[in-house]
Amino acid sequence: MSTATDTHHDEHHGPAKGMRRWLFTTNHKDIGTLYLWFSLIMFFVGGAMAMVIRAELIQPGMNLVDPMFYNQMVTMHALIMIFGAVMPAFVGLANWMIPMMVGAPDMALPRMNNWSFWILPIGFTLLLMTFFVPGGAPAAGWTIYPPLSLQTGDAFPLLVFGIHVLGISSIMGAINIIVTIMNMRAPGMGLLKMPIFVWGWLITAYLLIAVMPVLAGAVTMLLTDKYFGTAFFDAAGGGDPVLFQHIFWFFGHPEVYIMILPAFGIISEIIPTFARKKLFGYSAMVYAIAAIAFLSFIVWAHHMFTVGMPVAGLLFFMFTTMLIAVPTGVKIFNWVATMWRGAMTFETPMLYALAFLFLFTIGGFSGLMLAIVPADFQYHDSYFVVAHFHYVLVPGAVFAIMAAVYYWLPKWTGYMYSEFWGKTHFWLSTISINVTFFPQHFLGLAGMPRRIPDYAVQFTDFNFISSIGAFVFGLSQLIFVYVIIHCIRGGVGRATDRVWEGSHGLEWTVPSPAPYHTFETAPEVK
Amino acid sequence: MSSEQDGKPGKGNRGLVARLTLASVAMFGFGFALVPLYDVFCEVTGISSSSTTRAAAEPVALEVDYDRKVTVEFVATTNQRDIWRFTPEETRMRVHPGKLYTTHYLATNLDERDRMGHAVPDVSPAGATRYVQKVECFCFEEQLFAGEESQRMPVLFYVDPELPRNIGTVTLNYSFFAQDVVGEK
Ligand code: HEM
Ligand SMILES: [Cu+2]
Repeated sequence: MSTATDTHHDEHHGPAKGMRRWLFTTNHKDIGTLYLWFSLIMFFVGGAMAMVIRAELIQPGMNLVDPMFYNQMVTMHALIMIFGAVMPAFVGLANWMIPMMVGAPDMALPRMNNWSFWILPIGFTLLLMTFFVPGGAPAAGWTIYPPLSLQTGDAFPLLVFGIHVLGISSIMGAINIIVTIMNMRAPGMGLLKMPIFVWGWLITAYLLIAVMPVLAGAVTMLLTDKYFGTAFFDAAGGGDPVLFQHIFWFFGHPEVYIMILPAFGIISEIIPTFARKKLFGYSAMVYAIAAIAFLSFIVWAHHMFTVGMPVAGLLFFMFTTMLIAVPTGVKIFNWVATMWRGAMTFETPMLYALAFLFLFTIGGFSGLMLAIVPADFQYHDSYFVVAHFHYVLVPGAVFAIMAAVYYWLPKWTGYMYSEFWGKTHFWLSTISINVTFFPQHFLGLAGMPRRIPDYAVQFTDFNFISSIGAFVFGLSQLIFVYVIIHCIRGGVGRATDRVWEGSHGLEWTVPSPAPYHTFETAPEVK
Repeated sequence: MSSEQDGKPGKGNRGLVARLTLASVAMFGFGFALVPLYDVFCEVTGISSSSTTRAAAEPVALEVDYDRKVTVEFVATTNQRDIWRFTPEETRMRVHPGKLYTTHYLATNLDERDRMGHAVPDVSPAGATRYVQKVECFCFEEQLFAGEESQRMPVLFYVDPELPRNIGTVTLNYSFFAQDVVGEK
């Protein structure tokens, strides 16, 4: 596809020393690294909360924590995993890889890049501080529906400002990514020659710009309702709480695609490498991402089928939601077709990509079940929904992130990670995640409501299994940390520049580890 | 090798950054614009609860449909149970569409202080909203309650004979709020 000489010149200064390097860096690789470490830490913070939740649910009755704290755990777990773990991980990958994939020397707006990372810890400081204020952390669920969310104690303004800060960070990151992709591509790299990962992120960035401000508006309205006497959502003053749900899900549904489109991009990079074939149907993949992004704006009310909508509304949102399965199916079939008669090998990144393919599809199917209005009347707010979104988010988004880390780690560190421990991590994670979430489908169908710290005794067995799975999954992630640190410290030996036999694309033409500055002279893309 | 691509933020960036920033600001505004848009949408489709706060303009000169009976259920809700006791006097009525009926709600201010009470109605199923017409209703205005005062508040209503045939039961719910605590929450 392309050629490039080693573009690292010694007259360019390398990284500064010590803390200052990380605080003031404008280097896309440094910032990518910061995002990825931050995300890993948040993954463990949010994960610890999940462990509390599963420990409480391991048997019926009130076992461990009081119900109010349980609600705080559920709320903060979701906020941290979404805004702290999954989204920053994707932004970190974008920072590391997009400039190298399009042959650019850095992101287009390096100083803004530094800011968009460093306000993240500020946002999370605000959010985590809420545990120490009177009334405790937010406990009304990550969807912060009024009137319940308006009963939050002193945590409320911290929550709102925290969300503002995280939103600003995401928007700045998104602007940076769009400008980089639009203006900094190497000569010859037309839009339809870009790697699919870059496409996935380009469209995701537009989604972010379209919906993060809407969330910021929604929480601002909550804030003024609570403290300044407005009545956007307060029925007493002529407002309407259902309006909040509409505004929230206008953000919320595109948000779930923000968490999966970059994952689609990653999978589209990895499968061709390990199947040693070109991606099947490149342009269909691009159009499918665009179609999913467009449809994501007109399906939001499938989260609120039970609020009492006119039948015409129910039908509209049911059919548009089901329509999303079409471009999603195109992607799944194209990935399968890419592997068809390929010379496949099963290194850890490929194992994760394959697990993604199977398990994300299960999540898609349960989504389709939820899209059926009369069925959703039964499933809504039950553990079936919990099972659905964890299948698309954990073996979906999170597995894609792990696949990406294993895939590009040799390029980042210059060393090969240990396949043995990578595969051990993979099998433990994959088995335990299914043990955790598959039984939750049955719990939901049998009527166990979500967001409740206790349950009827007939749900005991499945909950016990689910909790055990969760603990194993949580512990398995320590292996992930071990593999990463082991790899940084030398792993099992030096990585070649290509790293993988079937790798393709500009990022594999630079040395491993990728030098501090790459593509200072643009490569020629044929 | 091209020289255009030297990594310095080009002048082309500024325009794109400005447009993207503007788009973000516009979307922030759009979130707020959804508030009036939502009201308009509900008004047009007849599912608005605010439209039910108004009195029916036309006097009742409708044909009474003596062949049909509809069940009207009355529900009272309040989130401020420490301040109000709020209940319907009757929980259900069988009515003929087109005929005028009266029922009452009972409210008590449990507080020692004077309170301004305010009721917000809604009808379910949502499709029935525009057919339940209130000629007179305590929800049209706020009520002043002296400390620990009780009141019996009337609703005069009729069900429009145009009510779709498939609807046999409509529920009229009132949520009761203290206006003066709205601000001090
Ligand atoms: C074929 C694709 C999909 C369909 C048809 C679908 C459908 C649905 C429906 C109907 C609900 C609402 C269920 C209820 O609350 O009663 C739902 C919830 C949810 N979905 Fe999906 N979905 C799909 C894909 C995804 C993806 C890709 C993600 C994220 C990566 C996702 C994340 C979520 C989340 C987080 C919720 C729960 C939100 C909450 O109430 O907290 N879904 N989905
Ligand atoms: Cu959705």
